[in-house]
Amino acid sequence: MTPILIRGGRVIDPSRGTDGPADVLLEDGRISAVGRGVVADEGATIIEAAGKVVAPGLIDLHVHLREPGQEDLETVSTGAMAAAAGGFTAVCAMPNTDPVTDNQAAVGFIVSQAQRAGKARVYPIGAVTLGQRGEQLAEFGELVGAGAVAVSDDGKPVATSHMMRTALEYARTFGIPVADHCEDMSLAQGGAMHEGLVSTRLGLKGIPAAAEEIMVARDIILAELTGGHVHLCHMSTRGSVELIRRGKERGIRVTAEATPHHFSLTHERCEHYDTNAKMNPPLREAADVEAIRRGLKDGTIDVVASDHAPHHYDAKEREFDLAPNGIIGLETALGVAIRDLVETGVLSLPELVERMSTRAARIFNLPGGTLAVGAPADVVVFDPTERWVVRPDAFYSKSRNTPYGGATLVGRAHQTIVRGRVVFDLSTV
Amino acid sequence: MAVEIVERCHGTEGLLLVGIQRRGVELAERIGKLIEGAEGVAVPLGKLDITLYRDDLQAIGPRPVVGETSLPASLDDRTVVIVDDVLHTGRTVRAALDEFADFGRPRRILLCVLIDRGGRELPIQADVAGQTVRVGPGERVDVFVTELDGRDAVELARDS
Amino acid sequence: MTADATAVPALGKDLIGLETLSAAQIRVILDTAEPFKEVSERAIKKVPALRGKTIVNLFFEASTRTRISFEFAEKRLSADTVNVATQGSSVSKGETLVDTARNLEAMRIDMVVIRHGASGAAKFLGDRIESNVINAGDGKHEHPTQALLDILTLRDRFGELAGLKVAICGDILHSRVARSNIWCLTKLGVEVGVCGPPSLLPREVEALGVTVLPRIEDAIAWADALNVLRLQLERMQAGFIPSLREYNRVFGVTRERLERAPKDLVILHPGPMNRGVEIDSDVADGPFSVILPQVTNGVAVRMAVLYLLAGGTGAVAAAARGETS
Repeated sequence: MTPILIRGGRVIDPSRGTDGPADVLLEDGRISAVGRGVVADEGATIIEAAGKVVAPGLIDLHVHLREPGQEDLETVSTGAMAAAAGGFTAVCAMPNTDPVTDNQAAVGFIVSQAQRAGKARVYPIGAVTLGQRGEQLAEFGELVGAGAVAVSDDGKPVATSHMMRTALEYARTFGIPVADHCEDMSLAQGGAMHEGLVSTRLGLKGIPAAAEEIMVARDIILAELTGGHVHLCHMSTRGSVELIRRGKERGIRVTAEATPHHFSLTHERCEHYDTNAKMNPPLREAADVEAIRRGLKDGTIDVVASDHAPHHYDAKEREFDLAPNGIIGLETALGVAIRDLVETGVLSLPELVERMSTRAARIFNLPGGTLAVGAPADVVVFDPTERWVVRPDAFYSKSRNTPYGGATLVGRAHQTIVRGRVVFDLSTV
Repeated sequence: MAVEIVERCHGTEGLLLVGIQRRGVELAERIGKLIEGAEGVAVPLGKLDITLYRDDLQAIGPRPVVGETSLPASLDDRTVVIVDDVLHTGRTVRAALDEFADFGRPRRILLCVLIDRGGRELPIQADVAGQTVRVGPGERVDVFVTELDGRDAVELARDS
Repeated sequence: MTADATAVPALGKDLIGLETLSAAQIRVILDTAEPFKEVSERAIKKVPALRGKTIVNLFFEASTRTRISFEFAEKRLSADTVNVATQGSSVSKGETLVDTARNLEAMRIDMVVIRHGASGAAKFLGDRIESNVINAGDGKHEHPTQALLDILTLRDRFGELAGLKVAICGDILHSRVARSNIWCLTKLGVEVGVCGPPSLLPREVEALGVTVLPRIEDAIAWADALNVLRLQLERMQAGFIPSLREYNRVFGVTRERLERAPKDLVILHPGPMNRGVEIDSDVADGPFSVILPQVTNGVAVRMAVLYLLAGGTGAVAAAARGETS
């Protein structure tokens, strides 16, 4: 394998608390040297990183890759490429595929599809219950043995408190988190957007913040009861942030993620019935956006995760009530995060890298998130000040359902390197 | 004009004066009073707005204001005298005739105008005209009535 | 006839709702309805204003009275009308709203009157086809012609609208009639109250400029007129209220309650009525009910809306506002 020397960039490594000019040398799929004036052998590829940031590759703990079952929307391969274009060296794929990823063969399939694609790493997340039906636990041991890094019934909540409790206890055996989609279905049923003034004006049934907060409280209490690790998906309300903060203060093993749209957009984005503003959990109020940002700042919210959810143009070109929930996000996550968290002064760049890489690796026990010598050569080189206009037609993802079309974002990945190989290079696009 | 109307209609029996919105209505009222003064008979008055019957309705816009139309339930066997301020192309009168057809079948319809300025585009003639005026190209005739405009006047003006 | 320069501020291409109309535009519609009332009193109830225009009544939700009202309005303007109900149509076979719209447009229709179960459906259609689109009720969002006929009826009855107090009573949460009424009444200076069980009031409804009146007795003591909304059986089934019987006992507009009112309240109802639920028969048929005049005004208001929109485009509306392209 050809060595790669990334020269002259600002190297940010939250795992070692370093932030300064340095060169990084990658050899044999590993980080072999980090420092000033590193010299490479002849024939090495040189990446000039002056004016750019060199960081451990970004890790997205929550994406939907739609394969198997809906390959017209996205595949493991196109999703892994979209991830690489967004600066991600690894993503975790949710199991609400068709059929559901609830057995070792299904997990193995995703692992092998990812290897064939050879882009960003894809770690499967297995289902909590068979078919995600909420009735019977899936075989966590088999799932983990085949490569799953967590379990989730995302798309839906883990159906009952009893099921969530047993899942958390059983998951302890394998040291994996149970990732929950927190939604009280009886409160949220039929809702199309956040319950508030905008839903009143638009005449749409709303989903109250309480629908999320009730389940957040349930999961934190059960994590305390069982000693298990609960990971709360796509947090969206200020009440949730507060509950998590207090849970962490009491030493409960709860971790949480938030999507870029939940710290950048509010429910007003649903005006004119724009279905690209429809997702679950819905966009909320300005005070909730503010709380998510502060949660990321003080670490209550551990990571940024995109909840990348591809949908077909025809499916979204519908009456608002009937349009499916979800937007894609792998290729805009970094740009939105730098624009709305770093440029606004909420997070410093090293703090952002920590929330989008180092900490993600740590809480899910994944390799990566570090530029320590000997670590896997998963690296991203990005320009933190580049302003660029989002053109959905140019996405690597098969789908186009984004609310950021035409928006100007700040920050862009230039090279993404996985296992010491460049899997995305903006300059060759 | 009032005298001439009564003459042409052979009296006031079955007579109905219908003023065309706008200004035709005010003129019809005045004529009605004059006839009442001379003959001692109150002549019924009607108002007609022809906007919805205009032949150029689709071409013009924004939509013109539609005024009040009030006519007796049936025009059958009536002698209707249309009263308007200016007779020009004749299209307003044509619209009025169409609208009357939806109200019944008058025995007879006459046209009475204050000013006949020529320039007919349809075969329509005034039975009673206060004055006939020669109007050149690029000019128009404006009628003002005290009830609406604060003064009584007929002016020849340049088209803007 | 001297050319009269008085022109009318245009409404644009579509009538989607009253939230986005100005008070002036609403007044224009009401004023334009007046001459159309007279047309409906004639022996021959027809004027040629929309002669040659094709109008499709696209009703995805069953409705007799609104559809018939629109149909009369269209025919009295001499338009050609086609009714499309969705049972047995291609829509029930899975054709999307977009395709239905485009197919109709390909047949060169001039106007579509749409009633649909999804909020936003009228705007969805209006944004995608060139024809004029009139919202006859979209989900829970708006039912503009209903509110317009309500307010016209109030104007007929009271003359001056500013300072009038109108209480809308019933299931506000699920009501497009309530929303449209709130918009047009507040814009014309009417004080609006809403009254219903808390489970049937929308979140932050006060932010729309209305007063919440907790009990029906409060509404009756406060208002000059009540607009009583129909309570649907499904609400009981979905758990919003325990039963229709209790609703009538606690929130029903009954003669006993009205007799205790400080003045004679005018009673409106959009219909169809659930007699004995939200309103008692002796009230609905009583001397202060204007329910039947509402229906008469409905045709006139719809004629006015069709007349004002026909041939209207966004550019015309912009020109009327004084904007340049």
